[in-house]
Amino acid sequence: MANNKKRFMQGNEACTEGALYAGCRFYAGYPITPSTEVMEICAARLPKMGGVFIQMEDEIASICAIAGAALGGLKSMTATSGPGFSLMQEGLGFACMAEVPCVVVNVMRSGPSTGFPTGPSQSDVMQAKWGTHGDHPAIVLTPASVEEIFHETVRAFNLSELYRTPVIILYDEIIGHMREAITIPGPGEVEIVERRVPSCAPSEYKPYDVQGGEIAPLASYGEGYRFHVTGLYHAADGFPTNNTKLIEEACHRLLRKIDDNKERIWKNEEYYLEDAEIGIFAYGVSARSAKFAVRELRKKGIKAGLLRPLTIWPFPDRAVEEMAGRVKAIVVPEMNMGQIVYEVERVAHGKCEVKGIFRVDTEPIRPAQIMDCITGNGSKPPAPNSKMAEMMVERDMLDG
Amino acid sequence: MITAGIIIAEAAAIYDGKKAVQSQSYGPESRGGASKAEVIISDEDIDYPKATAIDAMLALTQEACTKYYKDIKSGGLLLIDSDEVKKVPTGDFKICSFPIISTARDVLGKEIVANIISLGLITEITRIVSHEAIEKAVLSRVPAAFLELNKKALHIGFEKGAALSPIS
Repeated sequence: MANNKKRFMQGNEACTEGALYAGCRFYAGYPITPSTEVMEICAARLPKMGGVFIQMEDEIASICAIAGAALGGLKSMTATSGPGFSLMQEGLGFACMAEVPCVVVNVMRSGPSTGFPTGPSQSDVMQAKWGTHGDHPAIVLTPASVEEIFHETVRAFNLSELYRTPVIILYDEIIGHMREAITIPGPGEVEIVERRVPSCAPSEYKPYDVQGGEIAPLASYGEGYRFHVTGLYHAADGFPTNNTKLIEEACHRLLRKIDDNKERIWKNEEYYLEDAEIGIFAYGVSARSAKFAVRELRKKGIKAGLLRPLTIWPFPDRAVEEMAGRVKAIVVPEMNMGQIVYEVERVAHGKCEVKGIFRVDTEPIRPAQIMDCITGNGSKPPAPNSKMAEMMVERDMLDG
Repeated sequence: MITAGIIIAEAAAIYDGKKAVQSQSYGPESRGGASKAEVIISDEDIDYPKATAIDAMLALTQEACTKYYKDIKSGGLLLIDSDEVKKVPTGDFKICSFPIISTARDVLGKEIVANIISLGLITEITRIVSHEAIEKAVLSRVPAAFLELNKKALHIGFEKGAALSPIS
Protein backbone atom coordinates (compact mmCIF):
# COMPACT_ATOMS: atom_id res chain seq x y z
CA MET A 1 0.00 0.00 0.00
CA ALA A 2 2.95 2.32 0.55
CA ASN A 3 3.05 2.93 -3.16
CA ASN A 4 -0.64 3.67 -3.46
CA LYS A 5 -0.71 6.52 -0.98
CA LYS A 6 -2.55 9.60 -2.12
CA ARG A 7 -0.17 12.50 -2.57
CA PHE A 8 -0.55 16.17 -3.38
CA MET A 9 1.70 16.79 -6.32
CA GLN A 10 2.66 19.22 -9.05
CA GLY A 11 2.06 18.36 -12.71
CA ASN A 12 5.75 18.44 -13.56
CA GLU A 13 6.51 16.14 -10.64
CA ALA A 14 3.84 13.71 -11.86
CA CYS A 15 5.57 13.74 -15.24
CA THR A 16 8.84 12.63 -13.67
CA GLU A 17 7.02 10.01 -11.58
CA GLY A 18 5.36 8.69 -14.73
CA ALA A 19 8.67 8.53 -16.56
CA LEU A 20 10.36 6.62 -13.74
CA TYR A 21 7.36 4.28 -13.48
CA ALA A 22 7.61 3.60 -17.22
CA GLY A 23 11.25 2.66 -16.82
CA CYS A 24 13.01 5.86 -17.91
CA ARG A 25 16.61 5.65 -16.72
CA PHE A 26 18.25 8.45 -18.68
CA TYR A 27 17.52 12.15 -18.62
CA ALA A 28 19.49 14.84 -20.41
CA GLY A 29 18.26 18.39 -20.47
CA TYR A 30 18.76 22.08 -20.06
CA PRO A 31 16.60 23.85 -17.48
CA ILE A 32 13.89 26.22 -18.69
CA THR A 33 10.76 27.66 -17.09
CA PRO A 34 8.12 26.27 -16.81
CA SER A 35 9.49 22.75 -17.25
CA THR A 36 12.45 22.87 -14.84
CA GLU A 37 10.85 20.80 -12.06
CA VAL A 38 10.78 17.75 -14.35
CA MET A 39 14.55 18.06 -14.63
CA GLU A 40 15.16 18.88 -10.94
CA ILE A 41 13.30 15.81 -9.77
CA CYS A 42 15.04 13.61 -12.33
CA ALA A 43 18.36 14.96 -11.02
CA ALA A 44 17.40 13.98 -7.49
CA ARG A 45 15.84 10.61 -8.29
CA LEU A 46 17.58 9.01 -11.26
CA PRO A 47 21.10 8.50 -9.82
CA LYS A 48 19.62 6.72 -6.80
CA MET A 49 17.84 4.25 -9.10
CA GLY A 50 20.91 3.41 -11.13
CA GLY A 51 19.88 5.85 -13.83
CA VAL A 52 21.80 8.65 -15.49
CA PHE A 53 21.12 12.37 -15.26
CA ILE A 54 23.11 14.87 -17.30
CA GLN A 55 22.68 18.63 -17.51
CA MET A 56 23.70 19.40 -21.07
CA GLU A 57 25.09 22.61 -22.56
CA ASP A 58 21.87 23.28 -24.45
CA GLU A 59 18.74 21.69 -25.86
CA ILE A 60 20.38 20.59 -29.12
CA ALA A 61 22.78 18.48 -27.12
CA SER A 62 19.94 17.29 -24.86
CA ILE A 63 17.88 15.72 -27.61
CA CYS A 64 20.97 14.18 -29.19
CA ALA A 65 21.97 12.73 -25.82
CA ILE A 66 18.60 11.09 -25.23
CA ALA A 67 18.61 9.64 -28.76
CA GLY A 68 22.07 8.23 -28.08
CA ALA A 69 21.03 6.79 -24.73
CA ALA A 70 17.98 5.19 -26.34
CA LEU A 71 20.22 3.49 -28.90
CA GLY A 72 22.28 2.31 -25.95
CA GLY A 73 19.19 0.54 -24.65
CA LEU A 74 17.80 2.94 -22.04
CA LYS A 75 14.40 4.53 -22.02
CA SER A 76 15.19 8.23 -22.15
CA MET A 77 13.54 11.61 -21.82
CA THR A 78 14.12 15.34 -21.95
CA ALA A 79 11.85 18.23 -20.97
CA THR A 80 11.82 21.80 -22.19
CA SER A 81 9.65 24.73 -23.19
CA GLY A 82 9.11 26.65 -26.46
CA PRO A 83 12.60 28.15 -26.94
CA GLY A 84 14.29 24.83 -26.16
CA PHE A 85 11.74 22.90 -28.20
CA SER A 86 12.68 25.02 -31.22
CA LEU A 87 16.32 24.05 -30.76
CA MET A 88 15.38 20.38 -30.49
CA GLN A 89 13.66 20.17 -33.87
CA GLU A 90 16.71 18.93 -35.77
CA GLY A 91 17.35 16.12 -33.29
CA LEU A 92 13.68 15.29 -33.20
CA GLY A 93 13.68 14.81 -36.97
CA PHE A 94 16.74 12.60 -36.65
CA ALA A 95 14.94 10.46 -34.05
CA CYS A 96 11.91 10.15 -36.36
CA MET A 97 14.08 9.19 -39.32
CA ALA A 98 16.40 6.83 -37.43
CA GLU A 99 13.38 5.43 -35.55
CA VAL A 100 14.77 6.04 -32.09
CA PRO A 101 12.24 5.69 -29.26
CA CYS A 102 12.43 8.61 -26.80
CA VAL A 103 10.14 11.05 -25.02
CA VAL A 104 10.22 14.85 -25.24
CA VAL A 105 8.15 16.97 -22.84
CA ASN A 106 7.23 20.51 -23.89
CA VAL A 107 5.64 22.58 -21.13
CA MET A 108 4.25 25.41 -23.21
CA ARG A 109 4.88 29.03 -22.34
CA SER A 110 4.06 32.23 -24.13
CA GLY A 111 6.03 32.85 -27.34
CA PRO A 112 7.39 33.47 -29.91
CA SER A 113 11.05 33.53 -28.85
CA THR A 114 11.57 33.84 -25.09
CA GLY A 115 8.10 35.41 -24.85
CA PHE A 116 6.79 35.47 -21.29
CA PRO A 117 8.54 32.64 -19.45
CA THR A 118 6.03 32.14 -16.62
CA GLY A 119 2.97 32.73 -18.81
CA PRO A 120 0.96 29.73 -19.97
CA SER A 121 0.24 29.15 -23.63
CA GLN A 122 -0.93 26.51 -26.08
CA SER A 123 0.90 27.90 -29.07
CA ASP A 124 3.28 25.03 -29.81
CA VAL A 125 0.59 22.59 -30.86
CA MET A 126 1.38 22.97 -34.56
CA GLN A 127 5.13 23.05 -33.95
CA ALA A 128 4.80 19.71 -32.17
CA LYS A 129 3.54 18.27 -35.45
CA TRP A 130 5.43 20.29 -38.04
CA GLY A 131 8.42 21.75 -36.21
CA THR A 132 10.95 19.44 -37.77
CA HIS A 133 11.25 19.42 -41.54
CA GLY A 134 10.26 16.73 -43.96
CA ASP A 135 7.33 14.34 -43.94
CA HIS A 136 7.53 12.61 -40.62
CA PRO A 137 5.27 10.86 -38.14
CA ALA A 138 4.26 12.57 -34.90
CA ILE A 139 2.67 11.28 -31.74
CA VAL A 140 1.75 14.12 -29.38
CA LEU A 141 -0.17 13.69 -26.13
CA THR A 142 -2.05 16.46 -24.32
CA PRO A 143 -2.84 15.66 -20.66
CA ALA A 144 -4.98 18.10 -18.65
CA SER A 145 -4.55 17.12 -14.99
CA VAL A 146 -1.82 16.05 -12.61
CA GLU A 147 -3.01 12.44 -12.53
CA GLU A 148 -3.34 12.43 -16.30
CA ILE A 149 0.22 13.72 -16.76
CA PHE A 150 1.43 10.66 -14.87
CA HIS A 151 -0.56 8.22 -16.98
CA GLU A 152 0.08 9.96 -20.29
CA THR A 153 3.81 10.00 -19.58
CA VAL A 154 3.69 6.23 -19.08
CA ARG A 155 1.68 5.97 -22.30
CA ALA A 156 4.21 8.16 -24.12
CA PHE A 157 7.01 5.74 -23.26
CA ASN A 158 4.86 2.77 -24.23
CA LEU A 159 3.98 4.28 -27.61
CA SER A 160 7.58 5.29 -28.29
CA GLU A 161 8.76 1.72 -27.69
CA LEU A 162 5.88 0.17 -29.58
CA TYR A 163 6.33 2.30 -32.70
CA ARG A 164 10.06 3.03 -32.39
CA THR A 165 9.51 6.76 -32.63
CA PRO A 166 9.85 9.90 -30.50
CA VAL A 167 6.71 10.85 -28.59
CA ILE A 168 5.97 14.39 -27.43
CA ILE A 169 4.07 15.26 -24.26
CA LEU A 170 2.56 18.71 -24.59
CA TYR A 171 0.97 20.65 -21.77
CA ASP A 172 0.76 24.28 -20.69
CA GLU A 173 2.35 26.07 -17.74
CA ILE A 174 -0.86 25.93 -15.68
CA ILE A 175 -1.17 22.15 -15.97
CA GLY A 176 2.58 21.76 -15.33
CA HIS A 177 2.70 23.94 -12.25
CA MET A 178 -0.63 23.25 -10.60
CA ARG A 179 -0.99 20.77 -7.80
CA GLU A 180 -3.69 18.15 -7.32
CA ALA A 181 -4.09 14.91 -5.45
CA ILE A 182 -2.76 11.83 -7.21
CA THR A 183 -2.42 8.18 -6.32
CA ILE A 184 0.66 6.65 -7.89
CA PRO A 185 -0.15 3.08 -8.95
CA GLY A 186 1.83 0.22 -7.48
CA PRO A 187 4.29 -1.74 -9.62
CA GLY A 188 2.50 -3.83 -12.23
CA GLU A 189 -0.80 -1.95 -11.97
CA VAL A 190 -0.19 -0.07 -15.22
CA GLU A 191 1.07 -1.83 -18.33
CA ILE A 192 4.65 -1.07 -19.34
CA VAL A 193 5.78 -1.82 -22.88
CA GLU A 194 9.34 -3.02 -23.32
CA ARG A 195 11.38 -2.64 -26.47
CA ARG A 196 11.34 -5.42 -29.06
CA VAL A 197 14.93 -6.56 -29.40
CA PRO A 198 16.43 -8.78 -32.11
CA SER A 199 16.53 -12.53 -31.64
CA CYS A 200 18.96 -13.10 -34.51
CA ALA A 201 22.73 -13.36 -34.21
CA PRO A 202 24.59 -10.00 -34.22
CA SER A 203 26.15 -10.83 -37.58
CA GLU A 204 22.72 -11.16 -39.19
CA TYR A 205 21.14 -8.09 -37.61
CA LYS A 206 19.81 -5.30 -39.82
CA PRO A 207 18.38 -2.36 -37.86
CA TYR A 208 15.73 -1.47 -40.47
CA ASP A 209 14.84 -4.89 -41.78
CA VAL A 210 11.05 -4.87 -41.73
CA GLN A 211 10.51 -8.31 -43.25
CA GLY A 212 8.71 -9.38 -40.10
CA GLY A 213 6.43 -6.33 -39.81
CA GLU A 214 6.45 -2.55 -40.16
CA ILE A 215 8.70 -1.96 -37.19
CA ALA A 216 12.09 -3.62 -36.94
CA PRO A 217 13.44 -4.83 -33.58
CA LEU A 218 16.03 -2.45 -32.11
CA ALA A 219 19.33 -3.72 -30.73
CA SER A 220 21.25 -1.83 -28.05
CA TYR A 221 24.75 -0.59 -28.70
CA GLY A 222 27.24 -2.33 -26.49
CA GLU A 223 25.60 -5.72 -26.61
CA GLY A 224 27.54 -7.03 -29.58
CA TYR A 225 25.24 -5.77 -32.31
CA ARG A 226 27.10 -3.37 -34.61
CA PHE A 227 24.88 -1.22 -36.77
CA HIS A 228 24.78 2.10 -38.56
CA VAL A 229 22.33 4.88 -37.77
CA THR A 230 21.89 7.97 -39.90
CA GLY A 231 19.47 10.78 -40.70
CA LEU A 232 20.01 10.07 -44.39
CA TYR A 233 17.56 7.79 -46.13
CA HIS A 234 18.89 4.32 -45.52
CA ALA A 235 18.43 0.73 -46.54
CA ALA A 236 17.61 -2.16 -44.21
CA ASP A 237 21.24 -2.33 -43.06
CA GLY A 238 21.14 1.30 -41.91
CA PHE A 239 23.60 2.62 -44.50
CA PRO A 240 22.62 5.55 -46.72
CA THR A 241 20.94 4.82 -50.00
CA ASN A 242 20.16 6.84 -53.13
CA ASN A 243 17.82 4.19 -54.47
CA THR A 244 14.65 6.13 -55.28
CA LYS A 245 12.42 3.14 -54.74
CA LEU A 246 13.85 2.53 -51.26
CA ILE A 247 13.55 6.22 -50.40
CA GLU A 248 9.90 6.32 -51.36
CA GLU A 249 9.16 3.09 -49.51
CA ALA A 250 10.95 4.30 -46.38
CA CYS A 251 9.05 7.60 -46.30
CA HIS A 252 5.74 5.84 -46.82
CA ARG A 253 6.52 3.29 -44.11
CA LEU A 254 7.53 5.98 -41.59
CA LEU A 255 4.13 7.65 -41.98
CA ARG A 256 2.22 4.39 -42.29
CA LYS A 257 3.49 2.93 -39.04
CA ILE A 258 1.62 5.68 -37.18
CA ASP A 259 -1.27 6.14 -39.62
CA ASP A 260 -2.15 2.44 -39.71
CA ASN A 261 -2.15 2.32 -35.93
CA LYS A 262 -3.91 5.58 -35.16
CA GLU A 263 -6.95 3.85 -33.73
CA ARG A 264 -4.67 2.42 -31.08
CA ILE A 265 -2.95 5.76 -30.51
CA TRP A 266 -6.03 7.96 -30.39
CA LYS A 267 -7.51 8.64 -26.99
CA ASN A 268 -10.37 11.04 -26.33
CA GLU A 269 -12.64 12.00 -23.51
CA GLU A 270 -16.25 12.71 -24.42
CA TYR A 271 -18.26 14.81 -22.00
CA TYR A 272 -22.01 15.23 -22.53
CA LEU A 273 -21.48 14.72 -26.24
CA GLU A 274 -24.25 12.17 -26.99
CA ASP A 275 -27.06 14.67 -27.40
CA ALA A 276 -24.98 17.84 -27.80
CA GLU A 277 -26.08 20.53 -30.23
CA ILE A 278 -22.99 22.64 -29.63
CA GLY A 279 -19.67 20.85 -29.52
CA ILE A 280 -16.50 22.14 -27.91
CA PHE A 281 -13.12 20.79 -28.98
CA ALA A 282 -10.49 21.63 -26.39
CA TYR A 283 -7.25 20.29 -24.93
CA GLY A 284 -5.12 21.06 -21.86
CA VAL A 285 -6.19 23.85 -19.54
CA SER A 286 -8.73 25.17 -22.06
CA ALA A 287 -10.53 21.83 -21.84
CA ARG A 288 -10.89 22.32 -18.09
CA SER A 289 -12.57 25.67 -18.74
CA ALA A 290 -14.71 24.02 -21.40
CA LYS A 291 -15.88 21.30 -19.03
CA PHE A 292 -16.96 23.90 -16.52
CA ALA A 293 -18.74 25.79 -19.30
CA VAL A 294 -20.55 22.64 -20.51
CA ARG A 295 -21.99 22.03 -17.04
CA GLU A 296 -23.12 25.64 -16.65
CA LEU A 297 -24.64 25.73 -20.14
CA ARG A 298 -26.55 22.50 -19.47
CA LYS A 299 -28.03 24.14 -16.36
CA LYS A 300 -29.36 26.83 -18.67
CA GLY A 301 -30.84 24.23 -20.99
CA ILE A 302 -28.21 24.59 -23.69
CA LYS A 303 -27.05 21.20 -24.95
CA ALA A 304 -23.30 21.65 -25.05
CA GLY A 305 -20.75 18.85 -25.05
CA LEU A 306 -16.99 18.49 -25.03
CA LEU A 307 -14.60 16.40 -27.11
CA ARG A 308 -11.20 16.42 -25.42
CA PRO A 309 -8.25 14.77 -27.17
CA LEU A 310 -5.52 13.21 -25.06
CA THR A 311 -3.79 12.39 -28.34
CA ILE A 312 -3.72 15.57 -30.42
CA TRP A 313 -1.42 14.05 -33.12
CA PRO A 314 -2.29 11.97 -35.03
CA PHE A 315 -5.29 14.29 -35.15
CA PRO A 316 -8.51 12.58 -34.01
CA ASP A 317 -10.17 12.86 -37.42
CA ARG A 318 -12.87 10.29 -36.85
CA ALA A 319 -14.10 11.64 -33.51
CA VAL A 320 -14.22 15.19 -34.84
CA GLU A 321 -15.96 14.06 -38.03
CA GLU A 322 -18.62 12.25 -36.00
CA MET A 323 -19.12 15.27 -33.79
CA ALA A 324 -19.32 17.59 -36.80
CA GLY A 325 -22.07 15.41 -38.25
CA ARG A 326 -24.20 15.72 -35.13
CA VAL A 327 -23.80 19.29 -33.83
CA LYS A 328 -24.73 22.68 -35.23
CA ALA A 329 -21.41 24.25 -34.38
CA ILE A 330 -18.03 23.41 -32.88
CA VAL A 331 -16.24 25.92 -30.68
CA VAL A 332 -12.46 25.62 -30.32
CA PRO A 333 -10.97 27.56 -27.40
CA GLU A 334 -7.18 27.63 -27.40
CA MET A 335 -4.47 29.79 -25.85
CA ASN A 336 -3.00 30.88 -29.17
CA MET A 337 -4.17 32.91 -32.14
CA GLY A 338 -5.78 29.92 -33.87
CA GLN A 339 -3.98 26.64 -34.60
CA ILE A 340 -5.96 23.47 -33.93
CA VAL A 341 -9.15 25.23 -35.02
CA TYR A 342 -7.97 24.83 -38.62
CA GLU A 343 -7.61 21.07 -38.19
CA VAL A 344 -11.16 20.96 -36.81
CA GLU A 345 -12.31 22.99 -39.81
CA ARG A 346 -10.51 20.63 -42.17
CA VAL A 347 -12.22 17.60 -40.69
CA ALA A 348 -15.65 19.22 -40.21
CA HIS A 349 -15.47 20.05 -43.91
CA GLY A 350 -18.49 22.33 -43.85
CA LYS A 351 -20.75 19.87 -42.00
CA CYS A 352 -21.13 22.43 -39.21
CA GLU A 353 -19.88 25.85 -38.26
CA VAL A 354 -16.45 26.01 -36.59
CA LYS A 355 -15.48 28.95 -34.40
CA GLY A 356 -12.36 29.71 -32.43
CA ILE A 357 -11.90 31.48 -29.12
CA PHE A 358 -8.32 32.67 -28.86
CA ARG A 359 -6.44 34.24 -25.98
CA VAL A 360 -2.78 35.20 -25.73
CA ASP A 361 -2.53 37.53 -22.72
CA THR A 362 -1.16 34.61 -20.65
CA GLU A 363 -4.44 34.33 -18.72
CA PRO A 364 -6.38 31.10 -19.27
CA ILE A 365 -9.59 31.22 -21.26
CA ARG A 366 -12.29 31.59 -18.65
CA PRO A 367 -15.41 29.41 -18.70
CA ALA A 368 -17.49 32.58 -19.02
CA GLN A 369 -15.76 33.41 -22.30
CA ILE A 370 -16.78 30.07 -23.76
CA MET A 371 -20.31 30.40 -22.40
CA ASP A 372 -20.66 33.94 -23.73
CA CYS A 373 -19.46 32.84 -27.13
CA ILE A 374 -22.09 30.10 -27.23
CA THR A 375 -25.00 32.06 -25.75
CA GLY A 376 -24.29 35.12 -27.84
CA ASN A 377 -23.49 37.24 -24.82
CA GLY A 378 -20.05 38.04 -26.16
CA SER A 379 -20.25 41.81 -25.75
CA LYS A 380 -20.13 41.59 -21.96
CA PRO A 381 -16.76 42.67 -20.61
CA PRO A 382 -15.02 39.50 -19.44
CA ALA A 383 -13.41 39.10 -16.05
CA PRO A 384 -12.26 42.09 -14.08
CA ASN A 385 -8.58 42.59 -13.58
CA SER A 386 -7.42 41.12 -16.84
CA LYS A 387 -5.89 42.89 -19.76
CA MET A 388 -7.66 41.34 -22.67
CA ALA A 389 -5.87 40.48 -25.85
CA GLU A 390 -8.39 38.03 -27.10
CA MET A 391 -10.69 37.60 -29.98
CA MET A 392 -14.29 36.91 -29.35
CA VAL A 393 -16.04 35.21 -32.16
CA GLU A 394 -19.26 36.23 -33.81
CA ARG A 395 -22.16 36.21 -31.44
CA ASP A 396 -24.94 34.74 -33.49
CA MET A 397 -23.77 31.19 -33.47
CA LEU A 398 -26.94 29.69 -32.02
CA ASP A 399 -29.11 31.70 -34.35
CA GLY A 400 -26.79 31.11 -37.31
CA MET B 1 3.57 32.48 0.35
CA ILE B 2 3.09 29.93 -2.42
CA THR B 3 4.14 27.30 0.15
CA ALA B 4 1.22 28.37 2.33
CA GLY B 5 -1.11 27.87 -0.62
CA ILE B 6 0.28 24.40 -1.21
CA ILE B 7 -0.10 23.49 2.47
CA ILE B 8 -3.73 24.57 2.80
CA ALA B 9 -4.63 22.80 -0.45
CA GLU B 10 -2.83 19.69 0.72
CA ALA B 11 -4.65 19.86 4.06
CA ALA B 12 -7.96 19.81 2.19
CA ALA B 13 -7.04 17.20 -0.43
CA ILE B 14 -5.07 14.72 1.63
CA TYR B 15 -6.19 15.13 5.25
CA ASP B 16 -9.77 16.40 4.94
CA GLY B 17 -10.66 14.20 1.96
CA LYS B 18 -11.89 17.07 -0.22
CA LYS B 19 -10.94 18.06 -3.74
CA ALA B 20 -8.34 20.78 -4.08
CA VAL B 21 -6.33 22.45 -6.81
CA GLN B 22 -3.49 24.87 -6.20
CA SER B 23 -1.99 27.03 -8.91
CA GLN B 24 0.16 30.11 -8.99
CA SER B 25 1.06 33.20 -10.96
CA TYR B 26 4.38 34.94 -10.86
CA GLY B 27 6.59 37.09 -13.04
CA PRO B 28 9.88 36.35 -14.76
CA GLU B 29 11.98 37.53 -11.78
CA SER B 30 13.85 34.80 -9.91
CA ARG B 31 13.10 36.62 -6.66
CA GLY B 32 11.04 39.64 -5.70
CA GLY B 33 8.00 40.85 -7.64
CA ALA B 34 4.37 40.09 -6.96
CA SER B 35 3.31 36.47 -6.83
CA LYS B 36 0.07 34.79 -6.00
CA ALA B 37 -0.97 31.31 -4.97
CA GLU B 38 -4.52 30.32 -5.81
CA VAL B 39 -6.36 27.53 -4.03
CA ILE B 40 -9.76 26.04 -4.85
CA ILE B 41 -11.35 23.65 -2.37
CA SER B 42 -14.55 21.80 -3.15
CA ASP B 43 -16.56 18.67 -2.42
CA GLU B 44 -16.82 18.13 -6.17
CA ASP B 45 -14.29 17.78 -8.99
CA ILE B 46 -12.61 21.04 -9.87
CA ASP B 47 -12.22 21.81 -13.56
CA TYR B 48 -11.22 25.43 -13.97
CA PRO B 49 -8.07 25.69 -11.82
CA LYS B 50 -7.95 29.45 -11.24
CA ALA B 51 -9.70 31.46 -8.52
CA THR B 52 -12.01 33.97 -10.17
CA ALA B 53 -14.43 34.74 -7.32
CA ILE B 54 -12.37 34.75 -4.16
CA ASP B 55 -13.85 33.70 -0.80
CA ALA B 56 -10.77 34.59 1.21
CA MET B 57 -7.61 36.46 0.32
CA LEU B 58 -4.45 36.99 2.32
CA ALA B 59 -2.19 39.92 1.41
CA LEU B 60 1.13 40.43 3.16
CA THR B 61 2.18 43.38 1.02
CA GLN B 62 0.52 46.55 -0.23
CA GLU B 63 1.41 45.62 -3.80
CA ALA B 64 -0.32 42.24 -3.60
CA CYS B 65 -3.35 43.73 -1.87
CA THR B 66 -3.83 46.48 -4.42
CA LYS B 67 -3.20 44.18 -7.37
CA TYR B 68 -5.50 41.31 -6.46
CA TYR B 69 -8.31 42.44 -4.07
CA LYS B 70 -10.76 43.24 -6.87
CA ASP B 71 -11.65 39.56 -7.37
CA ILE B 72 -12.84 39.09 -3.77
CA LYS B 73 -16.48 38.19 -3.92
CA SER B 74 -19.32 39.84 -2.09
CA GLY B 75 -19.31 38.72 1.54
CA GLY B 76 -15.76 37.38 1.22
CA LEU B 77 -12.76 37.98 3.46
CA LEU B 78 -9.60 40.02 3.07
CA LEU B 79 -6.88 39.32 5.61
CA ILE B 80 -4.04 41.83 5.62
CA ASP B 81 -0.83 42.44 7.51
CA SER B 82 -1.59 45.58 9.49
CA ASP B 83 2.01 46.85 9.32
CA GLU B 84 2.43 46.31 5.62
CA VAL B 85 -0.93 47.22 4.11
CA LYS B 86 -1.66 50.85 4.98
CA LYS B 87 -3.94 51.66 2.08
CA VAL B 88 -6.83 49.41 3.01
CA PRO B 89 -9.23 48.84 0.13
CA THR B 90 -12.96 49.10 0.56
CA GLY B 91 -15.56 46.79 -0.86
CA ASP B 92 -18.44 44.49 -0.13
CA PHE B 93 -16.25 42.17 1.94
CA LYS B 94 -14.96 41.69 5.48
CA ILE B 95 -11.46 42.88 6.32
CA CYS B 96 -9.35 41.44 9.13
CA SER B 97 -6.00 42.89 10.01
CA PHE B 98 -3.14 41.50 12.09
CA PRO B 99 0.62 42.26 12.37
CA ILE B 100 1.59 38.90 10.87
CA ILE B 101 5.19 39.50 9.81
CA SER B 102 6.19 41.41 12.94
CA THR B 103 4.66 38.71 15.16
CA ALA B 104 6.72 36.11 13.32
CA ARG B 105 9.83 38.22 13.74
CA ASP B 106 9.34 39.55 17.29
CA VAL B 107 7.51 36.70 19.01
CA LEU B 108 8.99 33.68 17.20
CA GLY B 109 12.27 35.18 16.05
CA LYS B 110 11.81 34.02 12.44
CA GLU B 111 10.10 36.11 9.78
CA ILE B 112 9.91 33.02 7.59
CA VAL B 113 7.04 31.56 9.65
CA ALA B 114 4.74 34.48 8.77
CA ASN B 115 3.05 32.24 6.24
CA ILE B 116 2.38 29.56 8.87
CA ILE B 117 0.86 32.14 11.25
CA SER B 118 -1.27 33.19 8.27
CA LEU B 119 -2.45 29.61 7.78
CA GLY B 120 -3.49 29.49 11.45
CA LEU B 121 -5.42 32.73 11.08
CA ILE B 122 -7.17 31.68 7.87
CA THR B 123 -8.08 28.27 9.24
CA GLU B 124 -9.49 29.77 12.40
CA ILE B 125 -11.46 32.51 10.64
CA THR B 126 -12.78 30.55 7.63
CA ARG B 127 -12.79 26.92 8.85
CA ILE B 128 -12.21 25.94 5.23
CA VAL B 129 -9.96 23.12 6.48
CA SER B 130 -9.97 21.43 9.86
CA HIS B 131 -7.42 22.32 12.52
CA GLU B 132 -6.15 18.74 12.51
CA ALA B 133 -5.71 18.70 8.74
CA ILE B 134 -3.80 21.97 8.57
CA GLU B 135 -1.53 20.91 11.42
CA LYS B 136 -0.74 17.60 9.75
CA ALA B 137 -0.12 19.34 6.43
CA VAL B 138 2.18 21.96 7.99
CA LEU B 139 4.19 19.40 9.92
CA SER B 140 4.57 17.11 6.91
CA ARG B 141 6.08 19.93 4.84
CA VAL B 142 8.69 21.32 7.27
CA PRO B 143 12.12 19.93 8.17
CA ALA B 144 12.32 18.04 11.49
CA ALA B 145 14.45 20.72 13.15
CA PHE B 146 11.69 23.30 12.69
CA LEU B 147 8.64 21.25 13.71
CA GLU B 148 8.21 22.98 17.06
CA LEU B 149 8.68 26.47 15.63
CA ASN B 150 6.06 25.88 12.94
CA LYS B 151 3.63 24.26 15.33
CA LYS B 152 3.96 27.28 17.60
CA ALA B 153 3.43 29.64 14.67
CA LEU B 154 0.29 27.77 13.58
CA HIS B 155 -1.15 27.86 17.08
CA ILE B 156 -0.46 31.58 17.44
CA GLY B 157 -2.48 31.94 14.26
CA PHE B 158 -5.37 29.86 15.68
CA GLU B 159 -5.33 31.84 18.91
CA LYS B 160 -5.13 35.30 17.37
CA GLY B 161 -7.64 34.37 14.71
CA ALA B 162 -10.21 33.42 17.33
CA ALA B 163 -9.84 36.81 18.99
CA LEU B 164 -9.84 38.82 15.77
CA SER B 165 -12.85 40.87 14.77
CA PRO B 166 -13.22 42.50 11.36
CA ILE B 167 -12.10 46.12 11.02
CA SER B 168 -14.72 46.65 8.36
